[in-house]
Amino acid sequence: MPTSLVTSNSLLAIDVGAANTRAVLFDVIEGEYRFVASGVAPSTAEAPYKDVSEGARNAIQALQNILQRTLLEQTARSLIMPSQPDGSGVDSLVVTISAGPAVRTLVVGLLKDVSLESARRLTESTYARIMDTLSLSDQRKPDQQIDSILRIRPDMVVIAGGTDGGASRSVKKLLEPIGLASYLMPDEKRPAVLYAGNEKLVEEVKSLVGSLATRLHFSSNIRPSLEVEDIDPAELELAQMFVAIRKKQLKGLDVLDLWAGGHTLPTAYATGRMVRFLSNVYGTNKGLLSVDLGASSTIIAAGFANKSVLKTYPQFGLGENIVGLLNYTTVEDILRWSTLDIPPSAIVDYLHQKSLYPGSIAATKEDFVIVQSVAKQALYLAMQAARRDFPKEAASIKPTLTPLFDPIIAGGAALSDASRPGQSLLLLLDSVQPVGISTVILDQNNLMPMLGAAASQNNILPVQVLESGAFLSVGTVVSPVVTTKYGTSILKAKVTYENGTEANVNLKYGFLEILPLASGETARITIQVSRGVDIGFGPGRGTKNMAISGGALGIVFDGRGRPLDMPADPVRRRELIKKWNWALGGG
Amino acid sequence: MLAPVHHIIGLTTIVRERLLPISGNVLARVQQKVTAGEVVAETRWAREHTLLDVARILGVSPAAADRLIKCKMDDQITAAAEVAVGRGLFPRSVRAPKDGRVVAVGGGQVLLEVGEAKMELRAGIPGTVVQIIPNRGVVIQTSGGLVQGVWGNGRIDAGLLVNLMEGPDTVLVPARVDVSLRGSIILGGMIRTVEALQALADLPARGLIASSIQPSLLSKAREMRFPILVTDGIGTLPMNSAAYKLLSTNAKREVALNAEAFDRYTGARPEVFIPLPISSEPPMPNEVEVFAPGLQVKMRRPPAMGIIGSIVSIKPGLTTLPSGLRAQAAEVKLENNETVIVPLVNMEVVG
Repeated sequence: MPTSLVTSNSLLAIDVGAANTRAVLFDVIEGEYRFVASGVAPSTAEAPYKDVSEGARNAIQALQNILQRTLLEQTARSLIMPSQPDGSGVDSLVVTISAGPAVRTLVVGLLKDVSLESARRLTESTYARIMDTLSLSDQRKPDQQIDSILRIRPDMVVIAGGTDGGASRSVKKLLEPIGLASYLMPDEKRPAVLYAGNEKLVEEVKSLVGSLATRLHFSSNIRPSLEVEDIDPAELELAQMFVAIRKKQLKGLDVLDLWAGGHTLPTAYATGRMVRFLSNVYGTNKGLLSVDLGASSTIIAAGFANKSVLKTYPQFGLGENIVGLLNYTTVEDILRWSTLDIPPSAIVDYLHQKSLYPGSIAATKEDFVIVQSVAKQALYLAMQAARRDFPKEAASIKPTLTPLFDPIIAGGAALSDASRPGQSLLLLLDSVQPVGISTVILDQNNLMPMLGAAASQNNILPVQVLESGAFLSVGTVVSPVVTTKYGTSILKAKVTYENGTEANVNLKYGFLEILPLASGETARITIQVSRGVDIGFGPGRGTKNMAISGGALGIVFDGRGRPLDMPADPVRRRELIKKWNWALGGG
Repeated sequence: MLAPVHHIIGLTTIVRERLLPISGNVLARVQQKVTAGEVVAETRWAREHTLLDVARILGVSPAAADRLIKCKMDDQITAAAEVAVGRGLFPRSVRAPKDGRVVAVGGGQVLLEVGEAKMELRAGIPGTVVQIIPNRGVVIQTSGGLVQGVWGNGRIDAGLLVNLMEGPDTVLVPARVDVSLRGSIILGGMIRTVEALQALADLPARGLIASSIQPSLLSKAREMRFPILVTDGIGTLPMNSAAYKLLSTNAKREVALNAEAFDRYTGARPEVFIPLPISSEPPMPNEVEVFAPGLQVKMRRPPAMGIIGSIVSIKPGLTTLPSGLRAQAAEVKLENNETVIVPLVNMEVVG
């Protein structure tokens, strides 16, 4: 990238999470943008602080201490902007936020399987909890619908329905109970409304609910025809609506937003934007996947050739909502990932204790095993849920398996611990269950959302930071799709290093193998697969002299089958998981 | 690093806001002395609504229906009262299905609220009303002992505290519950069976202070008509020594039990308040501390979960824990004289 394109502006990014607030500085070093450092402090959205800007200031102060550079004014109340000749301050700021309770949402669509589904998909792009839905197939009377809306007290209503120029009376019929319920609520409790339906009805929507909503937002129709769904423009509108709701709910966010000149985005949306951006820049015929296992939610963002999918699941977050995980899974399913013989009650107790203290961490080995098991199951469930909304035409080996993704980027506290990349990788392999050949990257500083937010101010910065090594490459993973007997040879690979030396592996079913290939190095790989084994080139077809890149672990061969084949016997299963852990250096 | 504070204090001054969830009437006045059970504000709301689609029933346009509707906003209507009547020789009429109040008229429809419910807001703690929040509630100030919990079933009451615990790890068994405990607030220990809860409900008891409760009993505990406060956690946890000492030494005293559900955003916490005679107003507790040597702390996670200790030193930089994670940590001397290394995020200051 020519240096002349770089404007020499420093950018501070603040991410206000449920547990931690991070302040990250990006600056120009030797003509290119670099990730400089990051400061972390506990978030202060909750009592007794009840002011997210306090946590942000603490994070900035932590960053100041690392950098030995002044960013806050002497009173430590305001950010120095723009940067001063003495090197203090920054030139711009972006803010991302995921802290706060899931936004209580009413989702409205005309037809249950069409616009209501689209509205649900749209709602799942942000930190929302769907409390109720309304559609034409709703059997309740209008007064029952009104009472339901009053009971759930939604913060937000998302309305879709009616193809452009299509049904209007039906949409109006659905809007009536919403308007009446809003009318009955005190002004300060009325929901914000997003209308993303039949565009001809905009004026009527304004007259029916406009004066009764705290905020009325419009977006282009997310279902302009039965066959077409276009959620992207509405996602941005919803993101802005979410930030406005959070500004009402969380003191101090208005201050940060003012500093940022309005450049505040939901963390999930910013991550999704980054995935879209990366898909455009590095797009291949495979998809690009980003998973973020955080305290407030699990975010799955996937970019495909012509479509991106952003899913935010507060119900699979590892913080205050973690007890709710048991509404979607069983303790036994969590325990199947455990290397230790842990009583089921310990899992339930852990979930409750963690929900009381979301910022607490595992101090003992046993606690760590529980945390990892819960994290695996949460990410597994999130991937299963997200897969329903991946495009059918996405490149895949089998439609019932995870589509082909390359690269896979992983972030969030449970995944980004770079001290043991093997453990993070195993968590990822078990829950995401990638297929074929993928590069795996750890976002150890949780930069994805910050770069996504920064892209709105500076589109060179994300590219240069990405290429600067701010992310940790774990390596290349080869995951054949096959089901056979344990111990059967399924794949033979030969890796030729840049210096001409070679290494070979004979992968057996049920095993994990590693060949070294350091970060920044490349090699050529030739793979021969057994009959019926598919690594993305078709059953029984391998590859010759394919260029691959290295990472902290090198080249990982996952011969455990897809879907992952785990023994039913708990003792044998635990032994195997231990072996897999050791194989990846996780201990 | 900032430290969260869990209040377990022998004598302090507290100020608590008591607010209605919706607008209503405040009954108390500034400087009024209130008891824990005294109603300080009240409100009413409709249990449900009935929408009468007059236009559809009479088969006329909404505009025409509006002209035929005989009631207006805020009218009180009795069941079977005529809401609208059509035109013609044999006009049809629309009648109210239940007693109610008209809350909206227009577009050919009438919306009634029916089944009014009343909500009374009690003081929760005995004390003095120091501020009125118009239409919402009061601020009460008082002095005494305070024990905060981690879980509450949302109910509130006051009564004589009776100690059924023989030690911090006592399990409450139904056999310990007898009729002499009727109307008391029970210091009960660990709750492991539904029978223990049922025995208290059968008395009935005025309240229960438990150290822990089995997760499977939480929904049953929410159904109980008396307040239940959990001091330490969900599962099987003994009572922390500070809470046990303070509560057990105050047995036979009147206590106020506000088992408000824990809300991390508002700061609402379940609390036991022990009114005590004072000669001068004790200081208010700190809501935030900074981790420092000498502070009394409670562990939030294993290996010493629930145990109280005091910080010996704050470790410089990051410490590698037995789990492999690296975090800011402190050396803590536990009550049993054992010294452990604990990440700061796994502790809360007690005081």
